[in-house]
Parts: sequence; C-alpha cells; structure tokens
Amino acid sequence: MSQAILTLDGVTKTFGHGPSTVHATRSVSFSLHAGRALALVGESGSGKTTCARMAMREYQPTAGQILYKGKSIAEAGSSDITDYRRAVQMIFQDPFASLNPAHTIAYHLTRPLKLHRPEIKGGAIRAAVGDLLRQVQLDPDIVLGKYPHELSGGQRQRVNIARALATRPEVIVADEPTSMLDVSVRLGILNLLNKMKQEMKLALLYITHDIATARYIAEDIAVMYAGQIVEWGPTGRVIENPIHPYTRLLLSAVPDPQIRFDDPRARLRSREVENVRRGSGVPESEALEYEAGHFARKLAMEPG
Amino acid sequence: MNHPLLSVKNLTIDYIGDRKDFRAVDDVSFDIAPGEVFGLAGESGCGKSTIAFAISRLHKPPALIRRQSKILLNGRDVLDLTPQALAAFRWREVAMVFQSAMNSLNPVSRIGDQFHDVLMSHTTMTKAQARERAAEMLRLVDISPDRLRDYPHQFSGGMRQRIVIAICMALDPKLVIMDEPTTALDVVVQREILQRINDLRRTFGFSVLFITHDLGLMVQFCDRIGIMLAGRLVEENAAEAIFQTPGHDYTKKLWSSFPSLHGGALL
Repeated sequence: MSQAILTLDGVTKTFGHGPSTVHATRSVSFSLHAGRALALVGESGSGKTTCARMAMREYQPTAGQILYKGKSIAEAGSSDITDYRRAVQMIFQDPFASLNPAHTIAYHLTRPLKLHRPEIKGGAIRAAVGDLLRQVQLDPDIVLGKYPHELSGGQRQRVNIARALATRPEVIVADEPTSMLDVSVRLGILNLLNKMKQEMKLALLYITHDIATARYIAEDIAVMYAGQIVEWGPTGRVIENPIHPYTRLLLSAVPDPQIRFDDPRARLRSREVENVRRGSGVPESEALEYEAGHFARKLAMEPG
Repeated sequence: MNHPLLSVKNLTIDYIGDRKDFRAVDDVSFDIAPGEVFGLAGESGCGKSTIAFAISRLHKPPALIRRQSKILLNGRDVLDLTPQALAAFRWREVAMVFQSAMNSLNPVSRIGDQFHDVLMSHTTMTKAQARERAAEMLRLVDISPDRLRDYPHQFSGGMRQRIVIAICMALDPKLVIMDEPTTALDVVVQREILQRINDLRRTFGFSVLFITHDLGLMVQFCDRIGIMLAGRLVEENAAEAIFQTPGHDYTKKLWSSFPSLHGGALL
C-alpha cells in the first residue's frame, strides 16, 4: 500500500487527573491512505470524536504521536502547520450549527479560498466558488447569495463539503456527517463523499455509529469501544466474520427487518450485554490477526 | 377492526400562514387496536409528528385541526374534551415520549420528584404510595430503585430515556405515543429499550403509536405500518407486507434509501 497520509500512532488521550481520570482513547493506531475511507464505528462515548479532534489538532494527545506524511506534527514548524490546516479538513455532524448564520454561502466559500489558495485572485475567486458549488451539485446562481437558514439540512451539508474541498485537502474527517439528515437525503451525501474520495484521491475518516452506512462507503473499518479499537480490518470481512464480542453485539443490534422483536433470535439478553460491555472495557494490549489484515483484540473471556 | 382503541378519522391539519395555509396533514384515517404497535414512517416534514401532537391535543397555533377531523379514543372524541377532561385524559389515557426525550427531564429536580409530580397531579396517592409506584416503575426498566434520589445528569442517555418511559407508564396509559424515541441513542441501547417496551406491552396490553424514519427498525417492532408522504397516508399494511411486498412507489423508494448491512457497497 502507498504511504499513509495521516497516521495516529499509539495515541492516548486522557481528561482530568487523579482518580477521576477519563481515558477517552487508549493507544489508538490507524492510518489513512489516499483514495480510501476508514470507518470508525462505536457507541457514543467510545472515543471516536476524540480521535477526530486529535487529527484536527484540536486536542493534543497525552501520549503517542500523529504523523502527517511520515513526519510528527508535534515538531512541525509554523509553515508546516499552515499546510496541515489546509490539507486536513473536517465536516461536522450538525449542518445547522457549523455555518455562520450571519454570513452568506458565498462568504463561507470565499474565506477558505482567500486564506489557503492565494494563487486565486480577483474575479477568479467567484468562478472558483461557483465550481465548488457545482461539484457538490448545488446551483451557484440560486445558492450563492443565500444565508444558511434559507437552505435545507442536506443543502447545508453540501455547502460544508464544498467549504472543506475549497482548500484542496488531502484528508477529510467526517464526523457523523449524515446522522442529523433525513433518510431521503442521507444517501445523496454519502454518494457525494464517495465520489470526492475517488475523484480527488482523498483520504476519508468516516465516523459513524451506523455500521450499515460504513459498509456502503468505507474500504476499512475500525470498531471502537471504551477508547480502544477492539477490531479492525477490511469492512466486508469484519461485518461478515466478526471476531470480537463487542463487534458481534453491535452487528446483532443493527435493525434488521427480517427479524421481528418477538423472534427469540432478536433477543439481546441484558446479562450477556453487560458481560460483553464489562469484558470489552478492560484495556488489552494484545491483538491477533485472524485473516489477512483483519485483527481483533483478545478478551479476558473467550469469544463465542 | 371491531373495537379499535384509537380511531383517527379524516384528520386534516393546516398551519395557518399570512398569505396561504400549509396543509401538514391531509385527510388521514387509521385505527389502532388494543395492544397493537402501529408505526408511522416518512421523511421529515411529512406530518407524522404533527399527528402525534394532535392526538394528545398538544398542537399549538398556527396549527389548526379542520372541522371534519375526528380523533376517537374508546369512542370518545379527543377534540371535544373540555379543559378539565383534557387534563385528566393526558398521561392517564395517552402518554407521550418525545423526540430527544432524554432532555425532557427537569435537570434540577430528582428523579423521584419527577415521578411524584405526575402521580400526585393525576391520582390521590400519598407520598409513600407514590414512592412505591416510582420504585416499581424503575424496576420495570432495569434501573435500581435506590437511584430515585439521583438527578438526571447522573444517568447515561439511554438510562434517562428509560426513566422517561417509566414515567410515561406510571399511570397505566392505554396508548403510548413515541416520537423517534431512540434516534439519539446507539443501536445496542436502542434495541435494549425497544425490546423492553415490547415485553411491557405484551404484559400490560397498552397500544403504541411509534414514529421513526428508520423503516428497518419499524418493521421489527410494529404490527402494522402507515407510510406518509407530504401529509397523506399513502400506504397502510401489516409490517411484513410493507417489507416484503411494498405497494406504493414511495415505499419502494424509501426502502432503497437504506444501505443494507449485507447489501452491496459503493466502492
């Protein structure tokens, strides 16, 4: 595989200190490659968003390092940091809160161009903004002068994607980009992200709790629980042959119209769920490779 | 259906505007049998939450229920209730779990007090009886009764959601309306909660009006499903039939907008 663009190497982040220390992530490692998507799935509080925030340099890792094209960003100089800020862009969960209500769509897309693409000047800026909107399948003539409140959730999320693309990024971190959108527009946004990934050779970190959409868009998947990645590998293999008990629990709880709740097969027994949660929450440094590229962490109790 | 618990007939609701009105619910009729789980599915803005609010008469202006509409609960028209009758009707007969219900608990009041509020204003229970009932309800949703003295922030999101459901059940309502009750929760917690509601309705025999946009989840949980499009009920059928043999084009389109866990990938 080609060289990774962004790598988290054994990254740990803790909040608080003393007995109230919270381990948001424990020695998390993964790499993002051009033209590929990695899905990070897990329940709320499992550390997915903390990983995203560390990748965005919003949090400093407590231990471990983040490598951008092989170089640690902790030692980077100010021009490297500017370049990093251009190259790594984020799409947020809430399309309503992530645009400034007091500015037009044109403003939102002009700013990143002026800041990060100084080669585009004067009238070319307006043309570039139009191109960006067309890339995300919005009509510039209609959208440019509008304010965020005049757009639907799906349109706003498309503007957010255009804003992220404006800086010619290499990595896109998308934190639950569709969870606040309606089902009828969700697929359109996923298709758009997928197209961007393929056409611009973007590395995509796709954070979600919806494992079915992860299957749809990501080549690789990493399942997080209690700050640890408990299982990772090619998406299809992990979903078809889950090894770790938590991955199995997560998959068994995905809504499946073929199995009704009255069916004994659908039954989650709360004692077993508790056991899986307790077992999976224990820090465990060892992982085993079960098939090519498919790893799962060992568990104190035997899987099965 | 011989004796439906809830019978909605020709329900039409307009949002009154300055220049023109917006028809949010257009001549919708459906029945819910005692003990049945009925689902309403559709995209946002299709009117499903407007119906939920209208059934417990929680709709506010500019929403206006048009005159020919009827909402019959056990044969009595909810739209004709006097304010006193309405106050007695809410919670005792129809209880509602709101969207993001876990944020609908009062943050500065203990869980036990929030149970008391509901119990004391609807029944003549003594404080000790109310405490007893609250403890019983918490046990039903797998929360230890000794946590009655805790505040909402001391519980996780899923637990808060279960507490709201427990408060809803405290007066043995005949119908529970759930408007996207688990949308903010992850799938494991969602399954645990809905499974518990399914067990409870088998035990106590209440009916549920379940609203969500997740069709797969709906088919798992509901007995019958209505599909809504732009204020109209376009298809109504048994849950299996909605899944196996969807009739309306819109239902088919709705199904195709869900990526399947075992289906194809885009790659």
